[in-house]
Amino acid sequence: MGTLVQTLASSPSALSTYAAGFATHEGEAHAATGVTAYAWLLVALPLLGAAVLLVGGRRTDKFGPVLATALSWGAFVVGALVFLAMLGRGPEDRAVGIDLFDWVAAGAFKVSAGLLVDQLSMTFVLLITFVGSLIHVYSLGYMEHDPDKRRFFAYLNLFVAAMLLLVLANSYLLLYVGWEGVGLASYLLIGFWNWNPAYATAANKAFVANRVGDFGLSIAIMVMFFHFGAVDFATVLGEAGTNANQGFMTAIGLMLLLGACGKSAQFPLQSWLGDAMAGPTPVSALIHAATMVTAGVYLVVRSAPIFEAAPTAQLVVVIVGAITLLFGAIVGCAKDDIKKALAASTMSQIGYMMLAAGLGPVGYAFAIFHLLTHGFFKAGMFLGAGSVMHGMNDQVDMRRFGGLSGAMKITWATFALGWLAILGVPPFSGFWSKDKIIEAAFIGEGWRPWVFGLATLIGAGITAFYMSRLFFMTFHGKKRWTDDVHPHESGKLMTVPMMVLALGSAFLGLIIGPTGLFTSWLEPVTGAEPEGAHPVIPVPVLMALTLVLVAGGAAFAWLRYWRDEVAVTAPAGNLLTQAARKDLYQDQVNEALLMRPGIHLTRSLVFADGKGVDGAAGGLAALVGGTSSRLRKLQNGFARSYALTMLAGVVAILGALWVIS
Amino acid sequence: MTAVAPLALPAAFQPSNVDYLAILPLLIVFGAALVGVLVEAFAPRERRHVIQVGLAVVGLLGAAVAIIPAAGHQGVTMGLADGSTNRQMFALAVDGPALFMQGTIVLMGVLGILTMAERFGGTGPDAFTPSGASTPGSANETAAARAGALTSEVFPLTMFAIFGMMLFPTTNDLIGMFVALEVLSLPLYILSGLARRRRLLSQEASLKYFLLGAFSSAFFLFGTALLYGYAGSVYFGDLSRAIASGPLAMNGLLLPGAFLVFVGLLFKVGAVPFHAWTPDVYQGAPTPVTGFMAACTKAAAFGAILRLAYVGLDTGRWEWTNALVLVALLTMVVGAVLSVTQTDMKRLLAYSSIAHAGFILVGVLAFDRKAIGAVLFYLVAYGFATIAAFAIVSLVRQNGAEATHLSQWAGLGKRYPVVAGAFAFLMLAFAGIPLTSGFVSKFAVFSAAVGTGGATGTVLAVVGVVCSAITVFVYARVIVLMFFSDAPDDAVEVVTPSVSTTFSIAIGTLVTLALGVLPSALLDLADRASQFVR
Repeated sequence: MGTLVQTLASSPSALSTYAAGFATHEGEAHAATGVTAYAWLLVALPLLGAAVLLVGGRRTDKFGPVLATALSWGAFVVGALVFLAMLGRGPEDRAVGIDLFDWVAAGAFKVSAGLLVDQLSMTFVLLITFVGSLIHVYSLGYMEHDPDKRRFFAYLNLFVAAMLLLVLANSYLLLYVGWEGVGLASYLLIGFWNWNPAYATAANKAFVANRVGDFGLSIAIMVMFFHFGAVDFATVLGEAGTNANQGFMTAIGLMLLLGACGKSAQFPLQSWLGDAMAGPTPVSALIHAATMVTAGVYLVVRSAPIFEAAPTAQLVVVIVGAITLLFGAIVGCAKDDIKKALAASTMSQIGYMMLAAGLGPVGYAFAIFHLLTHGFFKAGMFLGAGSVMHGMNDQVDMRRFGGLSGAMKITWATFALGWLAILGVPPFSGFWSKDKIIEAAFIGEGWRPWVFGLATLIGAGITAFYMSRLFFMTFHGKKRWTDDVHPHESGKLMTVPMMVLALGSAFLGLIIGPTGLFTSWLEPVTGAEPEGAHPVIPVPVLMALTLVLVAGGAAFAWLRYWRDEVAVTAPAGNLLTQAARKDLYQDQVNEALLMRPGIHLTRSLVFADGKGVDGAAGGLAALVGGTSSRLRKLQNGFARSYALTMLAGVVAILGALWVIS
Repeated sequence: MTAVAPLALPAAFQPSNVDYLAILPLLIVFGAALVGVLVEAFAPRERRHVIQVGLAVVGLLGAAVAIIPAAGHQGVTMGLADGSTNRQMFALAVDGPALFMQGTIVLMGVLGILTMAERFGGTGPDAFTPSGASTPGSANETAAARAGALTSEVFPLTMFAIFGMMLFPTTNDLIGMFVALEVLSLPLYILSGLARRRRLLSQEASLKYFLLGAFSSAFFLFGTALLYGYAGSVYFGDLSRAIASGPLAMNGLLLPGAFLVFVGLLFKVGAVPFHAWTPDVYQGAPTPVTGFMAACTKAAAFGAILRLAYVGLDTGRWEWTNALVLVALLTMVVGAVLSVTQTDMKRLLAYSSIAHAGFILVGVLAFDRKAIGAVLFYLVAYGFATIAAFAIVSLVRQNGAEATHLSQWAGLGKRYPVVAGAFAFLMLAFAGIPLTSGFVSKFAVFSAAVGTGGATGTVLAVVGVVCSAITVFVYARVIVLMFFSDAPDDAVEVVTPSVSTTFSIAIGTLVTLALGVLPSALLDLADRASQFVR
């Protein structure tokens, strides 16, 4: 008992996490009853939709999209019912485990596929199904004339199913299934218009970046299995919170972070998100803004006990978040493509969430809170951007927009609410979540609060500038339209979802933020906010400082992009602008640091295979020089040298063993 | 002196009782192969193909059914009983792993036969040539065609190979193992050289396979001689006992002997540095033969490796484990890295098979009963996916010839979504993505390695995970190429296969899916079958 109290004192949130969230899996507490037992329908309904649409083929062209939308709403209804049932229980009894079946039983390695329905996963379920269903509705309008819209809706349903599986899984292994599933849906949708080679390349890039991340996640799972002998949340997180080797926890934490970076477009794996905007706009709104890209934040928050046992990994999370939030903000300032500017902003906002998630118990709840509000306002703005594109012949260059507020009143109004929310203007949603993250970043001792706090503060100022720039360039100032466009408001199917999301952008934060509803709701999972932690700068001062910076950023944007004339072609700009336009040279860096050495390595190795080189040989001779000519002799097609290889191999291995023993 | 007296056959030896039910599956396949030779000689030409395919399939299915009664008759059977010491020389060990492998091989053999039977609707254009020794278009070939030579002898040849493969993991001594090795190899050498198109490549592959195979057999025999010198016996039980109690003075024979015997077996699975033949032979052999060979030979040879490692040389593990660890590391790394830049589909799959051999070796080196189950599962999962993959490769054609260059596969997904989708799924399985059999099998062997393999096992597993991450790029590239690239103007076509090939592709793909979603039943079976008799 003594040790228990001690552990409790030293790591309160970890233990409370264990006690509340995972004791349920020990079997004595909560078996799923009533509607909760049907939580598997959440995954099954959209999956059914995807299956019907894909297998049914052209026969389902007529009713397919509507069916997919209906099933997505069905999942929302199930989610809402489970949520209500959960509210009916006391806070400590809300987490429920549902065992589905024994999935893998390979000797000592046993994994039962099951769902974990707790406050954290339900938050995601409601966000995913609600925003997802709205975007289904929007897509009915947006994709109306696309000949392949059945396939589009099938992928969309597939995505919703995989995403729900990701957040509902009760083990890292099942989470990994969902993780790969959302990745798959994402590639399919980015490359949906794959008649355009650039779009196909974008899908390819997302694939590679995500593979690097997934590789990290799979290593993390392997190490977990090695260390704990299990991969389910109950065991892993339970033991991580009580007795765990810090070295292992750091390794697992860093590998999980690598996975999170790939999925959530965090530094240094962020380069794919901008290109992913090649997908249809509803996809950008749902997958690349509101839900999938936040999976990394979910992973970090879910794995809280691991990170708490590994301060180094936790610090790296915060650093990654801080770098990404500034990186995205700077890139966002220079983009003229409305969707790419929004993508940079998404990257930056997820940087905020990641930073908060790395702060520990002071930040978890706000990371998720910001994720929730961001899901509404960013999805709303993306749908707004889609609506603008719809009215402007699918143009995306903001330098050719301007003055659209008159032509598209609803789009303008809903976008304005999202804009105010992301700026963090009180009382709109973003204020309640982002301001809390800034406060939390200023908590701590030594250099950290100053560095990370200032990063978030400066980030807020830049955010205000680039989002205002985007907003003013699109909706205000002079009309800079090309001759053939006739902007018009979009149909009801598109505007109604935008309005709903705008309402969320406006009021969601106000309802559940200052009232403490959200933090107390999540508390059993994320642990209580530590008492007596104060920012190094007093809260009112901090709040005032933030608002001043935001106002300054917005005013600067007003001067340059509303009052002044905006050039229809991008001016040369200074060095920083040029760099930001090119995503701060991240592609070049990736190429120089990763791709080229990788290509050289593999190509020089492939010289070991005489028949594999084909056309590549000519240009490469210069690169790999003399080494290759020696290596290529190994697989030259001559049986005699193959035999020699074998003999040499036998002699070498026996010789090596001889020397060892 | 060694613990066991040297073998000299005294008159006291007598044949032991043979449990015919235990070896019934072997007898059925062997019988079907022999009948196949008679069919070749006596059946009318126009019906020979149908009869041969039917005979082979019925024989294999019969053998599969016969495994059920055989499972009730496990034990060491056949061979010579030594009246004085109660040893059984040249016996067959009919036990869990042997029967599991036999079942796997016959079922995969059915799919292999069905793929080889593909004639694309006509009677002529199958994958094989009636006269393998001729050059295409030569007078010899014309004469052979005029004389009405057929290609149906591939079926008895395949049946003999399958018989050898079933025998391979069942034999319980080094000499028997060598015989099985040759029985399975010789038909494969011939089959490799029978490609109808790109004949020279095929003949070259056949010759290389034969020469290097003979070379590796020499290693095997030399190792056998050394081990006999060490233990005074070639029987696995004696070897194991001799090593356990043997004098250290003789250890100079043990390590080279053990390793050289392993070399002969590792050659068959394509482990590095004994892999050089794999890409050339996989590329040159007729594609249905490649698929059959990749799946079944690998299964049989790993069955034999398991028996040698867990029954014959288990007590001398500390001597030879390091050598195999080295081989496993090399195999994974070389297979994965070299697969990255392959431009020919069959060579790509060849390097992929090398990498997979490395992963399976990781499981073998875990030295645990659970690991045996994992390895058995892996072989089934890999085999079914491989046969289906090669069957699909044989369908993608340009001007009638197989289009194996990767660039020819560009844009295939847009025009043939079903075939390309199935192939993409199999690629995902090779990559080890969840919900495919590849994921479960990789996880099973790697977790066995970290679970019971100690520090070495952990290193192997980590290298394995890294290498499988590398290979993911290879498979991803194929998928991206098929679905996201534009088809060239002279695009390839997917020829419509007959029912038999469709069946084997469908079964291979479905098994891959089923083992990914609900692997428990087979994992359980493999686990229960993981007990060797001694």
